[in-house]
Amino acid sequence: MNTMLLVFLEFMKIGLVAVGGGPATLPYLMELTEKYDWYTMEDLTNMIAVSESTPGPLGLNMATYAGYKTLGFFGGVISTAGLVIPSIIIICLIAKFLENFNENPYVVGAFSAIRPAVWAIIAVSVYRVCKVSLFSLADGVYTPIPKTMALCVVVFALLQVKKLQKYHPAIWLLIAVILGIVFRF
Amino acid sequence: MKQKKSFRYINACGMICYRNYSNKLKYGLPSAGTRDMVPGRFPGKVNMEIYWQLFCAFFRIGGLTFGGGLAQLPMLKYELVQKYHWLEEPELLDIYAIGQCTPGIIAINTATYVGYKKKGVMGGIVATLGMVTPSLVIITLVAAALQSVIDNVWVQHAIMGIRGVVCALMLNTVLTMGKKTLKSRYAVAVAIPALIAAFFFNVTTLVIVIIAAVFGMVWHVALHDGRKGGNAE
Repeated sequence: MNTMLLVFLEFMKIGLVAVGGGPATLPYLMELTEKYDWYTMEDLTNMIAVSESTPGPLGLNMATYAGYKTLGFFGGVISTAGLVIPSIIIICLIAKFLENFNENPYVVGAFSAIRPAVWAIIAVSVYRVCKVSLFSLADGVYTPIPKTMALCVVVFALLQVKKLQKYHPAIWLLIAVILGIVFRF
Repeated sequence: MKQKKSFRYINACGMICYRNYSNKLKYGLPSAGTRDMVPGRFPGKVNMEIYWQLFCAFFRIGGLTFGGGLAQLPMLKYELVQKYHWLEEPELLDIYAIGQCTPGIIAINTATYVGYKKKGVMGGIVATLGMVTPSLVIITLVAAALQSVIDNVWVQHAIMGIRGVVCALMLNTVLTMGKKTLKSRYAVAVAIPALIAAFFFNVTTLVIVIIAAVFGMVWHVALHDGRKGGNAE
């Protein structure tokens, strides 16, 4: 029961402060791995993979998955509810009281600085996820996992080609599954 | 002839009901294609159809789009502007902009805003529920399936492959976001301290966001764009 409340409150916090949508929830989800033992950094990569390849908003999917990992089905329901409730309250208040919210100079000013800051935080989070995913940790030394690392580099290079950018992430993940099984990563 | 003698109305469950003059319920049908009907002809009866439409529209948007945020815009346009005529297109773009300038998931914010504009707080809640339900169902199923096979050797091989691609996709996201966000010197000047704080000093995300928000407000209003804001008023 206590964990339930904790999950709800933690995700409510994320819903309240994650500015910038989907990827912006990543740093907060990562902070949860440090704070609690609900799921690990490795789980986080699976979460991202599943969330990217299923329909629905990325941030919502990740939160649902994280909740599920923590407490099963009801964990997913609770984390989703927690994530959504601040949005409902804030948006209803804005819709009711603030006519030109997104033209308010204070709001414009705040967001002009929040966006680059959030980008920086996401970049750091992605670096940390990559470190856990592409390297294996033994005795405090990170050694690269050769095949996974190579796949990452190749796919990243391919993603810089304009023509290949339009393909859905799920297609890349499918290729990864096939390669992973065929070449026994 | 029989129908002329009876009232047609929509009941609390969104069903079409017919009552004859003795006010005895005759029969009800699901409410498909009844948009032309005038609701609320019976006192105390609430028209639920709009809620059902809100729920279904956002259920489809949530269940049929991948990625959220910008990826949902075409679908939002189709459902809200073209199909139901709840909004005009510039209005949708405004709402979308507000969704980006508020905390929380952009898709949820958009859903709440549209629902609120249509039917108040309840409308906002119903629209959000519609958006959330597909994710909840799909993710639970996928997560449960994955959990039951995670120890399989082949699944482990597949996951090691997936990890590589996930890293590549995320690095690419950071790159594209960076190109879009870090266009001005001001943005770079904000991003670099934030990067250092997060990377070397492990400052929590919340603290960085709050400091950035305060800095941005002060810079924009008091120092930099203060005069511009004054002129606009």
